[in-house]
Amino acid sequence: MPTNGAPTKITQGSQTKGGIGESTLRPDGTLKVTGEFAYSSDMWHEDMLWGQILRSTVAHAEIVSIDTGEALATPGVYAVLTYDDLPTAVKNYGLEIQDTPVLAHGKVRHHGEPVALVAADHPETARRAAAKIKVEYKELPVITDEASATAPDAILVHEGRDDHHSGHVPHPNIVHRQPIIRGNVEEARKRADVIVEGEYTFGMQDQAFLGPESGLAVPEEDGGVHLYIATQWLHSDLRQIAPVLGLPEEKVRMTLAGVGGAFGGREDLSMQIHACLLALRTGKPVKIVYNRFESFFGHVHRHPAKLYYEHGATKDGKLTHMKCKIVLDGGAYASASPAVVGNASSLSVGPYVIDDVDIEAIALYTNNPPCGAMRGFGAVQACFAYEAQMDKLAKKLGMDPVEFRQLNAMEQGTLMPTGQPVDSPAPVAELLRRVKAMPMPPERQWESSEGADVRQLPGGLSNTTHGEGVVRGIGYAVGIKNVGFSEGFDDYSTAKVRMEVVNGEPVATVHTAMAEVGQGGVTVHAQIARTELGVTQVTIHPADTRVGSAGSTSASRQTYVTGGAVKHTSELVREKVLELGRRKFGTYHPAWATAELLLEGGKVVTDGGEVLGDLVDVLGDEAVEIEAEWRHRPTEAFDLRTGQGNGHVQYSFAAHRAVVEVDTELGLVKVIELACAQDVGKALNPLSVVGQIQGGTIQGLGVAVMEEIIVDPKTAKVRNPSFTDYLIPTILDTPTIPVDVLELADDHAPYGLRGIGEAPTLSSTPAVLAAIRNATGLELNRTPVRPEHLTGTA
Amino acid sequence: MDFIRPASWEEALAAKAEHPTAVPIAGGTDVMVEINFDHRRPEYLLDLNRIGDLTEWEVGEDTVRLGASVSYTKIMENLRAELPGLALASHTVASPQIRNRGGVGGNLGTASPAGDAHPALLSAGAEVEAESAARGTRLIPIDEFYTGVKRNALQPDELIRAVHIKKADGPQQYSKVGTRNAMVIAVCAFGLALHPETRTVRTGIGSAAPTPVRAKTAEDFLNAALEEGGFWDNGKIITPSAAKQFADLCSAACNPIDDVRGTASYRRHAVGVMARRTLTWTWESYRDARRASEGAA
Repeated sequence: MPTNGAPTKITQGSQTKGGIGESTLRPDGTLKVTGEFAYSSDMWHEDMLWGQILRSTVAHAEIVSIDTGEALATPGVYAVLTYDDLPTAVKNYGLEIQDTPVLAHGKVRHHGEPVALVAADHPETARRAAAKIKVEYKELPVITDEASATAPDAILVHEGRDDHHSGHVPHPNIVHRQPIIRGNVEEARKRADVIVEGEYTFGMQDQAFLGPESGLAVPEEDGGVHLYIATQWLHSDLRQIAPVLGLPEEKVRMTLAGVGGAFGGREDLSMQIHACLLALRTGKPVKIVYNRFESFFGHVHRHPAKLYYEHGATKDGKLTHMKCKIVLDGGAYASASPAVVGNASSLSVGPYVIDDVDIEAIALYTNNPPCGAMRGFGAVQACFAYEAQMDKLAKKLGMDPVEFRQLNAMEQGTLMPTGQPVDSPAPVAELLRRVKAMPMPPERQWESSEGADVRQLPGGLSNTTHGEGVVRGIGYAVGIKNVGFSEGFDDYSTAKVRMEVVNGEPVATVHTAMAEVGQGGVTVHAQIARTELGVTQVTIHPADTRVGSAGSTSASRQTYVTGGAVKHTSELVREKVLELGRRKFGTYHPAWATAELLLEGGKVVTDGGEVLGDLVDVLGDEAVEIEAEWRHRPTEAFDLRTGQGNGHVQYSFAAHRAVVEVDTELGLVKVIELACAQDVGKALNPLSVVGQIQGGTIQGLGVAVMEEIIVDPKTAKVRNPSFTDYLIPTILDTPTIPVDVLELADDHAPYGLRGIGEAPTLSSTPAVLAAIRNATGLELNRTPVRPEHLTGTA
Repeated sequence: MDFIRPASWEEALAAKAEHPTAVPIAGGTDVMVEINFDHRRPEYLLDLNRIGDLTEWEVGEDTVRLGASVSYTKIMENLRAELPGLALASHTVASPQIRNRGGVGGNLGTASPAGDAHPALLSAGAEVEAESAARGTRLIPIDEFYTGVKRNALQPDELIRAVHIKKADGPQQYSKVGTRNAMVIAVCAFGLALHPETRTVRTGIGSAAPTPVRAKTAEDFLNAALEEGGFWDNGKIITPSAAKQFADLCSAACNPIDDVRGTASYRRHAVGVMARRTLTWTWESYRDARRASEGAA
């Protein structure tokens, strides 16, 4: 029986306490919930200055002039920098395409673009000085959608593109285009008894992490700089920062500061280069902290999208074909847009078997806010659309929506639209069966002897209904997300593992550059080290760039890839330790030479369980330390014309059942329950797994019913950059989330595990939408749905 | 920015007279947001938190004199019987932390059309106790208090000391629409109070016009309909057509805008729905109370 917060199946993985499979508690958990954890915004350095960024007040304009005189003359101001002060020829940065100016040069391309920097001895002085910088703009027309971006006479957001996508895109305002063609849609369409078409809109979601962008840059004696920073990938930052500063990478030292959430929003640089520039210019430590308002301009958002889908099916419910076009708005700079296009296109079919597909995904350059990575990364938008299509088809065929999905569900061996076979378990039908089989929450839970309990009703304590107009709806959805970096990217991680005796006890130290952003990686790494090295005490070294890259904390990849690196390096350390043992004690017992040996409970044991020696004695005064890289199976790029190629590493599947109650007169929604079933391969930490699934589920709920950055189509300016008007779910909006965890091992992955962080974000949104459609009978082709969409008053 | 911290009410009035641009701050739930967002950089902040009697209330014969800084939490906990509409409105204010800090004085001082207390004050009937060092105390009827978007009838040298709210003589209700189930600024709100003693119904609409407003035409219609049908005496169910007409007139009393929180058209619609529902709930309570008293007699 699935319960709230407890997985159904827990596998004990190790004889050593606190190893994999156990729900060990997070070392940072208590500090975070008691408010004692030091986040990047809490850092302080003696004699430090405060940096402030001046941002554009318009979305698209030529910069006629910048006058910094008055700002510079302000007492307490140490430096004011503009584009002209950048020290080297490298003045742009970017994850894949270096199209983002460190400071605007001649032109601004979106609302809130950095134009100038100030360092002062007090944050308020810096803010006031920045306000004194006079920037004269000559406004340009704004490009805000596909029509304005691809018009023949459209202004180019970026003139003179020469990036590696510029050659194959149909228009310079298209960042990247990925078609995927398999089979023959025209022929397959003839077999269809029913065809459904749909046009869907996905709103711009924000990661809404609670810890705003912040960091501290400290100049060093050798002319370098040490940056303490909240980020998702230290080495990717380093690669982009060092050339702009004109420093070799070894002179830019980076240490991870306390990260208050990320969800993709920290993949791109924010204030990193700005803080370093000011520190190097002034010779003083410089701290920059965004406030919430600035944070909305300081990181990329989830791509809003338009999705056009056509599906066909035979009358017995078999899908015949799918044709789709996905238009993602990348905003003013490329960020992760090309990779998001790759994901959106290759995952656009969903977890279904369709042999004949014609897919096209593009990302636009516009003057809207730049969009990039966010949990679910292109797969979220597609899932919203294809799941709506599945319900439409089921309805048209008169079939049960779950049975219809199960009939067409992919399984191990199914070919992706890219031609790549799914070569590990794909229990799509089973996940749907499980969520459907969960007990239904009781009806009319608001009724009590003392009248209506409004907390159980749409509107909650706002007291808008005592049951009037309230209709229950139920909806289902399932999704597929890739795990790890795709399309031929060399996606590796590095771990340094050390083993030694400290105070008479064997201790392992794990050092990686993995960004702990709240996902629980530090917990899991310690569990892996315990399992592999048979020790209880594991020290997790702070993440920094003195060890090799751990790759990004994104794409559901850290437990898989950096966890894989910790496992791999621990195995190498174990071999060394055993060698040491053989050398010291090999003559005492024949099993040293003949048996399979393990480290368990601080001892060397045979696979038969016989103890050969104590790790304390084996190690003695010696320390064993190894740094090694580990990579998952290589992938291939997608063909630019056909989209064929073994582009992905692994897939992650989750299904949701949403139960909602809708006040159909007022258009208010209360999500009563969001049940989830997910295959995680192997739950290394079952409690964390459930936490991830519940968190992803809530983030999906948010974009179903409230979360949207609203951009004025006339000016491309952001209208709601605050938590007053960008609403995220509160605990009263959060339903019961029963989680059913399935563990079907992927033989290619460490311990058989599957990356889990993103999949629940995919299916949550369409399940809620399906439930609202079920309650209201409305078509609802956009998300989020707001009250005006449910009451005909939009 | 100067931060003035008077120790007494008299000192506060003197400071306000000396610095008429000073912005009074009590719980800070409005003022601090404006400062944080750089919407306002007042020259002086006048901190009223040392003045103890602003957080006190007195229950009189006909009215409750509510100190300007009595927190929403205290209203919910202590004045539910006397001020049921305002207690319901208090429940909808933000989060527990903010309800512990914020009070009605701040809502009145800011005079935002979205202030949660306004529809409850309008429907219950209230007077704002304003005071200046030069001219002493005056009572401003709530109907004359809101003069424009975020503007009120206070003179620059006046401070709000208290608000005198009529004790409920009949059922009151309050509804607010927001796009999440807690911690949300009103898209629109509606307050309704039955006043059996005067045989009248009063309303208040929030966030659907430049100022908080009463739906006077709707009130007049309903008062006449109730009188004509002898409803106050016979306790009959209000006919659906009368309720609908009342709701339509409440919608018509709105003068809303389209903004990021909602459309004008939705606001009009939702006010109508809330008007109909709150009328139904209050009238149902009135009938229950009547039946109960008849049963007792």
